[in-house]
Amino acid sequence: MPLRRLLLFAALIASTSPALAVEAGEAAPAFALPNAKGETVTLDKLKGQVVYVDFWASWCGPCKRSFPWMNDMQQRYGGKGLSIVAVNVDKKREDADKFLGQTPAQFTIVFDPAGATPSSFAVKGMPSSYLIDGKGNVIVVEQGFHDDRKDAVEDQIRKLLAAR
Amino acid sequence: MPLRLSLLVVVLASAGCATFDPPKPWEKGELAKPQMRFDANPLTTRVTQHVYESKEGASGGYGIGGGGCGCN
Repeated sequence: MPLRRLLLFAALIASTSPALAVEAGEAAPAFALPNAKGETVTLDKLKGQVVYVDFWASWCGPCKRSFPWMNDMQQRYGGKGLSIVAVNVDKKREDADKFLGQTPAQFTIVFDPAGATPSSFAVKGMPSSYLIDGKGNVIVVEQGFHDDRKDAVEDQIRKLLAAR
Repeated sequence: MPLRLSLLVVVLASAGCATFDPPKPWEKGELAKPQMRFDANPLTTRVTQHVYESKEGASGGYGIGGGGCGCN
């Protein structure tokens, strides 16, 4: 009887465990998402580049603060092989468009209203960002947007660009 | 045996609770809306709270901000 009870308990635990989050050192889950023009952006096509994948929504305050910084990064390192892909997770497209009207973005914006990509990355908070090297491995996982982390992330970007 | 059977029923029924999936961080758009706040005006709440803390010599328990959007 104890064994059976134990098995039952284990089954219960297993049924409640959440999806595993993508951590630094793991391969980034592939995605193929449309941009505003309807072209498909895939992580595969960006292989060889340093990619900064950011998950954002119009209703998320820190996301708004992260946009000027991402513009800055794209402008400074875009020519050197950095590609910023910001995945919008708004259910309504007009919410995202309104946000982009107020907060212009000079980097790639793709749209995932169904939430399949944040699901495969198992995003733990908004915003979340993943710095991915040329081989497609996640190097840095950032949760939230913190002013005191900007320099560290920029250093990592520079390091990855140099190692490319 | 009836006790065991009823225990099994309870366990299986509680397993049903495990199927409820709370909204994921990227699904909290509705929860982040201003009308989802408990208080009507965050600034008023903050001021009221400040007066209360000063009068009672106690603080905490209310947190700060937080519309439940899951942002840090």
